[in-house]
Amino acid sequence: MNFFVATLLTPLIGGLILGMVRPPRLAARINVLVSSLTFTFSLFLAFEVLGKNSITAMGSWFYLDAYNVFLVALTAFVGMTTTIFSKPYMQHELEIGRVNERRLRLYHSMYQLFQFGMLLGFTTNNIGVLWVSLELATLATVLLVSLYRTPASIAAAWKYFILCGMGIALALFGTVLVFFTSSVVLGHGNEALTWSLLYSHASELDPAVMSIAFCFLMVGYGTKVGLVPMHAWLPDAHGEGPTPVSAVLSGLLLNLALYALVRFKMIVDGSTNTDMAGHIMMGFGMVSLLVAAMSLNKQTDIKRMFSFSSIEHMALMTFAFGIGTPLAAFAALLHMTVHSLVKSGIFFTVGHAAQMMGTQKMAEIRGLIFHHPGVGWGLLIGTAAITGFPPFGVFMSEFLLFTATLEAYPWLSVLLLLGLLIAMAGLFRFVQPMVYGDPSPQAKKVHINMVPIYIHFGLALLLGLTIPEFLAHWYHQAAALITRGAV
Amino acid sequence: MSASFAQQLIDGMAALTLLISFALLAQHRMLSVLHWFAAQGLLLSATAALVGYSSGEHELYVSALMTFVLKGLLMPWMLWRVIRKLHVHREVEPLMNSGVTIIIAVAVTLFSFHIMQPIEVTSDLMTRNSMAIAMACVLLSMLMMITRKKAITQVIGFLAVENSLFFAAIGATNGMPLVVEIGIAFDVLIAALIFGLFFFQIRNTFDSMEIDTMNASLIHKDDDE
Repeated sequence: MNFFVATLLTPLIGGLILGMVRPPRLAARINVLVSSLTFTFSLFLAFEVLGKNSITAMGSWFYLDAYNVFLVALTAFVGMTTTIFSKPYMQHELEIGRVNERRLRLYHSMYQLFQFGMLLGFTTNNIGVLWVSLELATLATVLLVSLYRTPASIAAAWKYFILCGMGIALALFGTVLVFFTSSVVLGHGNEALTWSLLYSHASELDPAVMSIAFCFLMVGYGTKVGLVPMHAWLPDAHGEGPTPVSAVLSGLLLNLALYALVRFKMIVDGSTNTDMAGHIMMGFGMVSLLVAAMSLNKQTDIKRMFSFSSIEHMALMTFAFGIGTPLAAFAALLHMTVHSLVKSGIFFTVGHAAQMMGTQKMAEIRGLIFHHPGVGWGLLIGTAAITGFPPFGVFMSEFLLFTATLEAYPWLSVLLLLGLLIAMAGLFRFVQPMVYGDPSPQAKKVHINMVPIYIHFGLALLLGLTIPEFLAHWYHQAAALITRGAV
Repeated sequence: MSASFAQQLIDGMAALTLLISFALLAQHRMLSVLHWFAAQGLLLSATAALVGYSSGEHELYVSALMTFVLKGLLMPWMLWRVIRKLHVHREVEPLMNSGVTIIIAVAVTLFSFHIMQPIEVTSDLMTRNSMAIAMACVLLSMLMMITRKKAITQVIGFLAVENSLFFAAIGATNGMPLVVEIGIAFDVLIAALIFGLFFFQIRNTFDSMEIDTMNASLIHKDDDE
């Protein structure tokens, strides 16, 4: 209970303090400190929840179970390592004049506010507050995407704002529809928006209304997940914003949107008693996977390319949650973890590489391994990990997902494999020359901190070799929770 | 005021809300768009108060007051100031084929009523109709965003979507719980402030408020769109 309050309030207070801290180096240190504190508290919280299966806090306003507490810990962890990466990175951006001290202050403050929005969204038990917090996290990141104030970054932020604003408005309409039917059952008050009550009373909700609501929620939260055809904002926002922001967008924000979608699927399944919601998710997932894998091959900007890879992996998770068997849910949760770790690790590496070369254009990034072996190897290993080479964790989760698909929908496994292969071929086609090509003379020396990258890839490797028992237990619990409502 | 009379009044207000959505779609003078947007906010606040009166949900009076201040006065006033500062208040925005737009709008409205058809009538017919009207308003406001080419009218479309959602909440469900309502209002207010910031950034960077000019800076980065 107390750990919960501490986890939630630390980033909020940190954000307020950082809004007033002027010296950039000091602010970066405080940023790391605040995020480390949040992570420590979240670990204690995780072990508290693990012992009790689920807890509610502050009446029934907050609800923690196996499913969301592991996402809280993951969010706090990636949030912490990103601040460590961001310290030298943003310092360099300040030196080359892409940001000034005032904007850096905005950056640090908004970064913590974003963390607060994320943690609030994961822990709240109220589907209305879930919407509010997702919108809060979006608003915080809009300002971060336009941080450089270049024409392209402002256009990207505008696109992000309008498209996600639209999407999230549809999600609110879906939420109103849910309230429309649940207020008949649970009374006209906060109870009718309380997720745990909705979950236990799911069978009493009107299936017709819930089906319509799910369509709105799917398109709405699906926009934030980055599913095709609502994905247009994602590559621009990732490509034009500062790299630490790309890392947390890919690694964390997309997870929150998918988390919300799955929470609603659990209720809708209980109400309609059909596979409708699952099939819609599978459809969106499969189409997104194929489109993202092919679009990835046409990119010229390194960050945009990896953002398409993020769409691809979010699509895989959506697909897996859609299948709805415990094995598929297990695979999706594992994939969520390793994707967050590996993708943010890749963005760290890409950020350093782009700073070294002074460009994000892939055609001009050459011979990384000669300039800085750490960055070169980092990019190579990261790409191998994300495309699903053993022994990394992504291989494990994709293998499990493939098995689950073979069990439930064998003919879809062909398309699944095709998408994965195209994406792998595309990524390596671009990464090989960037790592091995003739070293380009324009490279600069920049301060590089490899520690967060080692930690991320190391954890992904560990999860591929062996999943610690408590974590496996945790995934099993969460998977059982997610699929209990399924037919 | 008898209950059925209040119901009829609410029904009439729902119809007016739909009508305003159509009006917003067809206006091409910047200032008229703003006026209709303000009218929509005021109408919403009146609807909230009326629903609060007829259903006995006193929380709705707070929502009504909040809507009146925020959506009826503050936001139109902020937008008006921005428009004045950017010197675009006299601007006329050429619409894409407005006849076709209206026909699409009618189709969208019919579609909304069709979608809401399977909902079982548990309380009374009124609620289903308001849900359909709310959905139509949401879609019409989105249509407005699609057909507009200027950043400011796009934002008004965005805020009109929020208005329609609020109408859905009060018209069909007698209002969401107050905590959620306040949270949403807070988010919308921050969004409006950020929009205001953006207008000036866009103006300074692009020298124009046209969406196409902005997107041109992204297009060269991307060959697949």
